[in-house]
Amino acid sequence: MGLAKRIIPCLDVTAGRVVKGTNFVDLRDAGDPVEIARRYDEQGADEVTFLDITASSDQRDIILHIVEACAAQVFIPLTVGGGVRSVADVRRLLNAGADKVSMNTAAVENPDLIAEASAKVGNQCIVVAIDAKQSAPGVWQVFTHGGRRNTGIDAIAWARRVQQLGAGEILLTSMDRDGTRNGFDLPLTRAVSDAVDLPVIASGGVGNLEHLAAGVSEGRADAVLAASIFHFGEYTVHQAKAYLHTRGIEVRL
Amino acid sequence: MLADDAAKGDGKNAIVVVDYGMGNLRSAWQALVHVANGRTVLVSADPAVVSTAERVVFPGQGAMPDCMREIEARGLRSAVLEAARNKPFLGICIGQQMLFEHSEEGDVPGLGVIAGKVRRFPAEYMVDAAGNRLKVPHMGWNQIRQAREHPLWKGIANGTRFYFVHSYFVAPTNDACVVGSTDYGLPFTSAVAQDNIFAIQCHPEKSALAGLAMLANFVAWKP
Repeated sequence: MGLAKRIIPCLDVTAGRVVKGTNFVDLRDAGDPVEIARRYDEQGADEVTFLDITASSDQRDIILHIVEACAAQVFIPLTVGGGVRSVADVRRLLNAGADKVSMNTAAVENPDLIAEASAKVGNQCIVVAIDAKQSAPGVWQVFTHGGRRNTGIDAIAWARRVQQLGAGEILLTSMDRDGTRNGFDLPLTRAVSDAVDLPVIASGGVGNLEHLAAGVSEGRADAVLAASIFHFGEYTVHQAKAYLHTRGIEVRL
Repeated sequence: MLADDAAKGDGKNAIVVVDYGMGNLRSAWQALVHVANGRTVLVSADPAVVSTAERVVFPGQGAMPDCMREIEARGLRSAVLEAARNKPFLGICIGQQMLFEHSEEGDVPGLGVIAGKVRRFPAEYMVDAAGNRLKVPHMGWNQIRQAREHPLWKGIANGTRFYFVHSYFVAPTNDACVVGSTDYGLPFTSAVAQDNIFAIQCHPEKSALAGLAMLANFVAWKP
């Protein structure tokens, strides 16, 4: 008996629609984030994450309606990130029904935002997303602006810092692995997980179920996040959990 | 902002979620609406509405000292205490912790409805069976061992997983009130019951079908 490792499907959303869609054959609307979130809930997802990548600022409020609709139908934790720049942004998302809000670029540019937000809404609601890229063996640097800008900041040091500032959880994405389907950057995941007391969600690179297991066992992640393996129906969340279970990893079945 | 109908009405015959300005109550409200079978569910910071409620949900998020301060500042203490004496009453997370006498978090007194203390997960126990360090907050899905039967466990299997997020847990003085326990480094009390009160450390409103079943049991509960 103990705490289960979490499996978290992630949806990229722009102007209220899921990017690239999904190919669940029986969905009425493959681009509807709420319907997809509901489907993942039915499959046994432990949480769902929405990453809002809406570029145009006048369409930014659309995510709030999506979150509201999702919160009325999906009764598992919902994390929302993307474009969060202020405590007011955090509050708006939480009031719409998000359980946690993830911040990335704004946290690097203004680390006090982490402390301020966490003091206002509680650290359990504040996720800091770290996009990291390897610069030398055993060294990773933090990237912002969706992975386009190198800050030169050491990822491990930044992870420790966000813990001190009051983050409640770290969403760690390997920029080297993201989209490759070659598996998580396990040394990075393990280095960050060992460096902090906060739960760490591993992200970037999942191509099969063994990758999820490795993220937990070798990477020591507390949760694993994946997008494409679930969106395109290769595996259901339930299949992923059943696999982890056979590998001796505790999951909520 | 909550939908308008969450804040309408005088509380009579309603399920009232106590709002003291801490954290997000939308999830709790939404989940209760989902299981309430058309009954009115309100979110209210008005002591008069809490007083006239048919049953009361006392949620909580954030730090207990802040929560206690807001309850005092909003004049909700006596309405909450009165509800805890005579109405079906559900404490969730910090709402459970505040029912106890004292918390290590900020070294503050609670409402003192149930005898016992609120303790932080002790660092020396935060290691799992394989020797791995356990992180605090305890975040995610963990099992609740049902210590005894209770109407709120109806239809929920012993050992079912619920969603937790917390760094402190309750340590009741009397084991008689313990209805659930969970293991995280050490076994801790995760659910208590006393007369018309049921209080739980996890978030049933975020615990998928098991959580909805528990909330439905609360809505139907006649202590």
